[in-house]
Amino acid sequence: MAARIHGGAATALSTFNPKKLVAPSRTNLPAARSSKRCIVAGGGSDASKKSLSVRHSQKLIANAAVATKAETSATTGTGHELLLFEALQEGLEEEMDRDPHVCVMGEDVGHYGGSYKVTKGLADKFGDLRVLDTPICENAFTGMGIGAAMTGLRPVIEGMNMGFLLLAFNQISNNCGMLHYTSGGQFTIPVVIRGPGGVGRQLGAEHSQRLESYFQSIPGIQMVACSTPYNAKGLMKAAIRSENPVILFEHVLLYNLKEKIPDEEYICNLEEAEMVRPGEHITILTYSRMRYHVMQAAKTLVNKGYDPEVIDIRSLKPFDLYTIGNSVKKTHRVLIVEECMRTGGIGASLTAAINENFHDYLDAPVMCLSSQDVPTPYAGTLEEWTVVQPAQIVTAVEQLCQ
Amino acid sequence: MALSRLSLRSNRLLNPSTTTAALPSSLRRHVSTDTTPITIETAVPFESHLCDAPSRSVETSSSEILSFFRDMARMRRMEIAADSLYKSKLIRGFCHLYDGQEALAVGMEAAITRKDAIITSYRDHCTFLGRGGELVDAFSELMGRKRGCSNGKGGSMHFYKKDACFYGGHGIVGAQIPLGCGLAFAQKYSKEEFVTFTLYGDGAANQGQLFEALNIAALWDLPAILVCENNHYGMGTATWRSAKSPAYFKRGDYVPGLKVDGMDALAVKQACKFAKEHALKNGPIVLEMDTYRYHGHSMSDPGSTYRTRDEVSGVRQVRDPIERVRKLLLSHDIATEKELKDMEKEVRKEVDDAVAQAKESPVPEPSELFTNMYVKDCGVESFGADRKELKVTLA
Repeated sequence: MAARIHGGAATALSTFNPKKLVAPSRTNLPAARSSKRCIVAGGGSDASKKSLSVRHSQKLIANAAVATKAETSATTGTGHELLLFEALQEGLEEEMDRDPHVCVMGEDVGHYGGSYKVTKGLADKFGDLRVLDTPICENAFTGMGIGAAMTGLRPVIEGMNMGFLLLAFNQISNNCGMLHYTSGGQFTIPVVIRGPGGVGRQLGAEHSQRLESYFQSIPGIQMVACSTPYNAKGLMKAAIRSENPVILFEHVLLYNLKEKIPDEEYICNLEEAEMVRPGEHITILTYSRMRYHVMQAAKTLVNKGYDPEVIDIRSLKPFDLYTIGNSVKKTHRVLIVEECMRTGGIGASLTAAINENFHDYLDAPVMCLSSQDVPTPYAGTLEEWTVVQPAQIVTAVEQLCQ
Repeated sequence: MALSRLSLRSNRLLNPSTTTAALPSSLRRHVSTDTTPITIETAVPFESHLCDAPSRSVETSSSEILSFFRDMARMRRMEIAADSLYKSKLIRGFCHLYDGQEALAVGMEAAITRKDAIITSYRDHCTFLGRGGELVDAFSELMGRKRGCSNGKGGSMHFYKKDACFYGGHGIVGAQIPLGCGLAFAQKYSKEEFVTFTLYGDGAANQGQLFEALNIAALWDLPAILVCENNHYGMGTATWRSAKSPAYFKRGDYVPGLKVDGMDALAVKQACKFAKEHALKNGPIVLEMDTYRYHGHSMSDPGSTYRTRDEVSGVRQVRDPIERVRKLLLSHDIATEKELKDMEKEVRKEVDDAVAQAKESPVPEPSELFTNMYVKDCGVESFGADRKELKVTLA
């Protein structure tokens, strides 16, 4: 299987245009929201899903309401357009306005405005005590955030790059994930640990790590990955309001995505997957930046006559097996496209989960396209081959749908 | 002078009938609850770094010293009971005992309120007790019963008591130090005038996290007091073999420090009181408590391969915290020898009752395996990343 994929990459490179990589498929987004409405409303048998949609008294979580409003905003233009990092900032600012316990800590988040400008302007508005510039000591300030959370504060801990948070792994695994359990429920740790990760533009191996796999086994945490300005803001707000520790994975190359989002307040569900493009032939599961590679491949696939169903899983821990399962039952074929490492990655866990739970519904083995198990090289061409490219996705779909 | 008075007393004590008849019951009751202040000098002076040491005269009262005795006796008894429970395999895993270091726990409690936070490492049984924890809860947790302070899920190294601001109970050496600075940060954020005591050992004093946290605490003026419980051995490694500079109170460099005789409950009280005032005004301070543990590092360590038995028994004879308080009580006529022995018997009975009660209490249900993984939120059901079976619905 590996040989075939490489072969595909080699032939496709000549037609490959790296500049088009991260262009979002705008045409799909309004359709995405209406499909989201179908999922939430149609989830009849699963009582938990019902409780999910009416969780917040403000009805902000009722995606159905948002979906209808979003459609009108998309057509009548009552939303506002912004970039993904601005959406994150908006979400963070709204939550900080709403709850005085929310504070941000990280390197250069305050006066510098954040290395990716997510916290720009917040220090001026909220002061140094709520937007804390820490020295470079990930272990200590992550531990501090967790200690503060034990007393009831809600810190948002920013790692300048997710790779740096490896230095704080002990605090994240042992204290953040486990304290609620080992204290018998006495302490809750409502932290949000966020930061950019993933392969960027020739940033070198140590700054281009895909670490969702490292964190996914930690018991007690939730992991989400945002991919559009809409879900970035929604997930940020949901993560801050959640009583559980949440790790929010952003992607370095997605910060400048532009989209129109609603003016009114909304939150995305932390455990729910997003239906990007409904289809009939094959389910493609993806998240974060690979969503855009998949959508690009989808264009090619549609031209070739295939009808892929694209789901952005968003919630990396726990998986939204409800949405995924329904899709598998419909299409009977699954392709997972991710940027995570091949060994022990999100795709590997998802493959195991799908095989365990939906084996009867599969007509073909679950195929998983992940990035290669190599440190990301510096050379541009090598870096391209490290991650999954749209051409590889097209080839894989063709193989699966034979 | 005190010693000569002591010998006179003991001579009188050889004739028990005279002592019990000599003290009328009304006088006995009066003494044990007497709160009139007494001033006592600490035996060992404080050593300071970048600050002025507090005075050696400690203000206390008879009732406080008696409470020291009772609390320390209870802690000592609890640790010895835990020792025998471990040997009879009712306590499994790791069991780190605090006997010898009790003065630290009681002295600290005497100087602070229950709203000041304490966070410590895995040698936490006595600190838990000092914070108001019940003996039954402690023994139940040690034996993995549901009644335990962490519902049996934490074990010896994970005692917590949120309502008394006791934040545990941490297994990884030094990991509690940034947590403690976070607690101090939260106290500063909420603008309440409370402090956090972050306890760590001489072994943890070499962790990088300590210096990272000290830097942040000093930079942001957090009300954090970092207390190094220097019992001279990091598991099997003596301090002179692990630290180039074993003056732990000076290691804060730009942070003031104080070295305290950790076997003297009154000195500990004085130092903690001083530290609290300092932290609220000037930011962090490091306290080094010179203390000693009689047991090995944990129950699986005999404690004699890296130190001689003579050393241990020597410390027990000369510096034992309970004996020191006993001498104080006797020399100041606060209690008689017999009363103290009776108190010890009562404490022993308390501990034995608690052990018996804990032995009877039930183990956690199997469904408890999945409770408290997540807080009830977003309708999360706790059944792992793949939602295979619905184990528990956190309604």
